[in-house]
Amino acid sequence: MKKVKLPYGIPDYNLTEIVREIPNAEPPALPVNSKLKVIGKRVKRTDALAKVTGTAVFTADVYLPGMLYGKMFRADIPHARIKSIDVSAAKAHPGVFAIHIFKEMIEGANPKENNKKSGYPEVKYAGQPIVGVAAISMDIAEEAVNLIRVEYEPLEFVVDMDDARKPEAPLVYQTNVNQETSSGGEDIEEGLKSRGNVRGPATKSFYGGPRGNLKKGFAEADVIIERTYRTQVQTHCPLETHGVVVDYNRGNVTIYASTQSTKGTRNDFAKTFDLPKSKVRVISEFIGGGFGAKHTLGNFGVMAGHLSKQSGRPVKLMLDRKEEHVSAGNRPNSLQLMKVGAKKDGTLTALKLLSYGTAGVGLGSGVGNIAQAMYECPNFKMDQYDVFTNAGPGAAFRAPGNVQGAFALEQLIDELAERLDVDPLQLREKIDKSTIRKVQRERGTQLMNWKKPKKAGSDPGPVKKGIGVAQAHWPRFVNLDSTVEVRVMQDGAVEVRSAVQDIGTGTKTVLAQVVAEELGLKSADITVLIGDTLFPIGPPSGGSVVTGSITPPARNAAHKVKTKLIDLAAGELDTKAENIVVENSWFISKSDRSKKISFKNLAGKLRVEQITETASRSDDYGGFMIGTVGYEELGAVQFAEVSVDTETGFVKVDRIMAVHSCGRPINISQIESQINGGVIMGIAYALYEDRVMDKNTGHQMNPNLDQYKMPFSFEVPEIQIELIEEYGARSSTDATGIGEPANIATAAAVANAVYNAIGVRMTEIPITPARILAALGKI
Amino acid sequence: MNKFSWYEATSKVEAQREANSTVSETIQPDADPEAAVFKASGIDLLDLMKEGLSKPAKLVSIRNIPGMDEVSYNKEKGLRLGANVTLAGITANPQIKKNYLALHQAASHAATPPIRNMATLAGNLVQRTHCWYFRSKELVCFRKGSSTCFAHVGENENHAIMSYGYCVSIHSSSLAIALTAFDAIVEITDKNGKIKLVPMKEFFVLPSVDRTRETILKPAELITAVILPEPKTHTVSYYIKMGSRRSQDWPMAEVAVVAGLSGEKCKTANVVLGAAAPVPFISKAAIDAITGKTINETTATAAGEAAMQIAVPLSKNGYKIPVFKTIIKRAILSLGKPPENVIDWALPDRIH
Ligand SMILES: Cc1cc2nc3c(=O)[nH]c(=O)nc-3n(C[C@H](O)[C@H](O)[C@H](O)COP(=O)(O)OP(=O)(O)OC[C@H]3O[C@@H](n4cnc5c(N)ncnc54)[C@H](O)[C@@H]3O)c2cc1C
Ligand code: SF4
Repeated sequence: MKKVKLPYGIPDYNLTEIVREIPNAEPPALPVNSKLKVIGKRVKRTDALAKVTGTAVFTADVYLPGMLYGKMFRADIPHARIKSIDVSAAKAHPGVFAIHIFKEMIEGANPKENNKKSGYPEVKYAGQPIVGVAAISMDIAEEAVNLIRVEYEPLEFVVDMDDARKPEAPLVYQTNVNQETSSGGEDIEEGLKSRGNVRGPATKSFYGGPRGNLKKGFAEADVIIERTYRTQVQTHCPLETHGVVVDYNRGNVTIYASTQSTKGTRNDFAKTFDLPKSKVRVISEFIGGGFGAKHTLGNFGVMAGHLSKQSGRPVKLMLDRKEEHVSAGNRPNSLQLMKVGAKKDGTLTALKLLSYGTAGVGLGSGVGNIAQAMYECPNFKMDQYDVFTNAGPGAAFRAPGNVQGAFALEQLIDELAERLDVDPLQLREKIDKSTIRKVQRERGTQLMNWKKPKKAGSDPGPVKKGIGVAQAHWPRFVNLDSTVEVRVMQDGAVEVRSAVQDIGTGTKTVLAQVVAEELGLKSADITVLIGDTLFPIGPPSGGSVVTGSITPPARNAAHKVKTKLIDLAAGELDTKAENIVVENSWFISKSDRSKKISFKNLAGKLRVEQITETASRSDDYGGFMIGTVGYEELGAVQFAEVSVDTETGFVKVDRIMAVHSCGRPINISQIESQINGGVIMGIAYALYEDRVMDKNTGHQMNPNLDQYKMPFSFEVPEIQIELIEEYGARSSTDATGIGEPANIATAAAVANAVYNAIGVRMTEIPITPARILAALGKI
Repeated sequence: MNKFSWYEATSKVEAQREANSTVSETIQPDADPEAAVFKASGIDLLDLMKEGLSKPAKLVSIRNIPGMDEVSYNKEKGLRLGANVTLAGITANPQIKKNYLALHQAASHAATPPIRNMATLAGNLVQRTHCWYFRSKELVCFRKGSSTCFAHVGENENHAIMSYGYCVSIHSSSLAIALTAFDAIVEITDKNGKIKLVPMKEFFVLPSVDRTRETILKPAELITAVILPEPKTHTVSYYIKMGSRRSQDWPMAEVAVVAGLSGEKCKTANVVLGAAAPVPFISKAAIDAITGKTINETTATAAGEAAMQIAVPLSKNGYKIPVFKTIIKRAILSLGKPPENVIDWALPDRIH
């Protein structure tokens, strides 16, 4: 171990240095961004040109010789036992090469309740896949699917969460069920019992269980507020739907996948098909979005595997938009009953949370840890229940749980501030122990010219303006299974290799930047090859872990390569290694600066064609933070300005000010892209998106992008971003993620602004014109 | 989508010889497996085919028939818009903007710029309802031949609040709202080449009259133009659409008002509501409330109130009533002058 001094704190606020004891192999401390050349700059995406010119190859663009097209027959009723399946006509259809019938589902809570007689999985939601077909064209595959006949024994079903909670509701599962947590997904507590369709309560998170004594806490309170909040089901809607091309090739499998985890997809496939991991290669060079729903192989991937194995040909199986909506994941809804107790001065004395949510046939509908972790409150308890319904399984979705949780908590705190007659930022000043959010509030206050909000609903005229604020909390997760290889070749070419995929956030570019910085090169000098399990395994793109997990090993591997090059340079320049500095692609002798050799020339002196170094993510410097409530996690403060037309109920977001930080920023433009995206998604969640299920038929009514309402350019307000550098001395790059924190506070900020505009609390989202008019008593 | 053959018609006669059915007929259980239907730009038709609702054997493309996208003006006959004129074409036409503002506004606020570049006038009038039960392959509703209207007891937030029978769908065409308000006439060429002139208000069919279709069109009947009568002096108009988003969205309520003014006084008026009923709805009550009166806040408000007297909302669309009241009022008050301090769909703060 060695001791190093690392930058610590927030520039222009409390920046200092801290001494950490770190392993000897770690590179020296990286100075603050203002002293760096590539890191922390607005470096253009390495793949920008490929994307805008359409040469980037997404899974949907992969065509292999002899490739077949897969299509699945899906249940058109929400709950049934399958009596029989007749695929004879489909099989006989010219152009059909393979047909596979599912014996088991892998998505959702993994139902094992097969129909004893027929041996087929029970149908538990409309759109559940049953049979797959591979044919020489998509048309023929579709025709064949239309020839399949399935005989059902229909069962009673329930798609509405409130109905499903009733004792007389039809049961989705007859037994207690479990489900593995997906990477980056909401915690799923194991072994909980179900009563009817209600499973739980889950009372713990990785921050621990209940604290203190609620009764005592509420008894000490001067003010108690109790409210119920509801959030809707939101579907992910990635532009590229879920899909794979599987080339089984007699057990030497290659899979092109639109996945957030090349590792997860490979491991799922190897397990399902009982193959060694070394026989399965997953390639994912470009991904058209995932937002949490693309962590696993999926039923469609399993199906493509069977069809390819059976036919001996590559099989492409991409979901269509309707399949994507009904079967490929969603953010569960929530019903949250919250009760807060506080002293007159704002000190929280007790906080209680009871929540229900439905992830359809899946688990993971909790509302996260935000209520537990954001504010200081000695007495806390939460009970979170999953409710099963006959709908497609939920999946991790950009800050799982915390987005729902923030909507409730941050309105409750806003209401508490009003009740105590203090500025909502002032109240947070009192109860929020996070330093980063303190600075964020200060910056936001200045930039917004923030004053205590006017009396809610006090604007004259039909169109009322409002202002609101909300905060975010997100844990600093790290994934240690993050390995990077750096190569330097004799011609001076530098290559970075890792199986980590770039979900679109710009992982390729940050890798290039970090390696370039370390080697004294420009990011354009670095070739980044990622998204392929032939390379060392990288983290899944979930939990906002990627940049914080993959950039330290990238720097460490580059550093190892640099050390070797310095030794080589020392020999060439006839000096000691300690006497060499690397600047702007030159290796220079400190004592005699006329003695120098360029990176390229030095590489030419390599004894072998290339040198390769590999590094894996080391433990966090100073120990991991996860496990206890620490107030120094990732924070954000967002402000919203809205206009509400009280005669039509139409809400327009005029402006969002997003104050964020993500440790050491690596690429400012890419971070801003993430924040823009998170804010837009948050606005969509607050005002537009809603999966509409028909109670009577069990079908989703809007499984398209016409009636399922995403925001378009007119819906996007002015988004201002204030990014705060923050050094925590936690790793060799000290970077953390931003994808999820960007999406947590927006809906609550908008809801608080709407309240300030109209004087009525909107406790249910989306805040549609119908809900505004109802709240104003106009219906 | 089913396989189909394609016929590229070069004349109206050719197109009418090839077509033997309507798209509406292909959606019914007794659809002719050999159905051949007109395709203009195919936006609505392809949506229906992709969902597996319509499976025509042949598409007769009328999109490139010479002359069908012409716009001509004649002092006596008024403005004649060829059936294939696009929504973008309507939007860009300065004469329409000047003399038929509500039509300009209706066209320019429908869908999105790329869709408006393709979408034709006739296709817009003949498109089918967007009732989401109707649009689901899995659900065979009353309009598609069963005895169940799912919307009646289901998710009916987008549905009708007036003039419905058992089927509570709303008609999708925004252009029809404005055109009805202008007393436009649909020029239909029948199978024998004979021209019928049908007033807009007689063009649409209520489901209580015939649930299988939404217009009077019979197989192979071709809309060749829509004719807008020459506007009288002092005729002004205004259209407002309210949707849940400001772009790429269907109206939750829309209104077109056309009025003949003499000073502040309203001599003649037409008020037509969209997204209210299974066909464009002419609100006699609103018309009566302003005809002969001075246009001001009181009369405009009264018109909105009067229009909604007969509304009978379903379980989830009661919100449409205050929305209609507001947009009717605002459209009337905007006649001749744009409103201030309202979030108005017709006046986005960013221009497209
Ligand atoms: C996202 C989206 C949003 C939209 N929003 C709106 C909106 O807000 N308001 C609105 O009004 N519309 C809206 N539309 C609908 C759009 O305007 C129509 O789909 C389009 O106008 C149809 O025109 P088309 O030329 O593509 O018709 P096609 O799809 O080619 O044809 C539609 C029907 O018309 C028949 N037809 C076409 N031409 C003739 C003719 N000359 N004679 C007889 N029959 C004919 C066809 O046989 C077919 O039955 C929206 C569409 C989308 C996709
Ligand atoms: S409203 Fe009409 S179109 Fe819609 S489900 Fe009912 S019958 Fe069918």
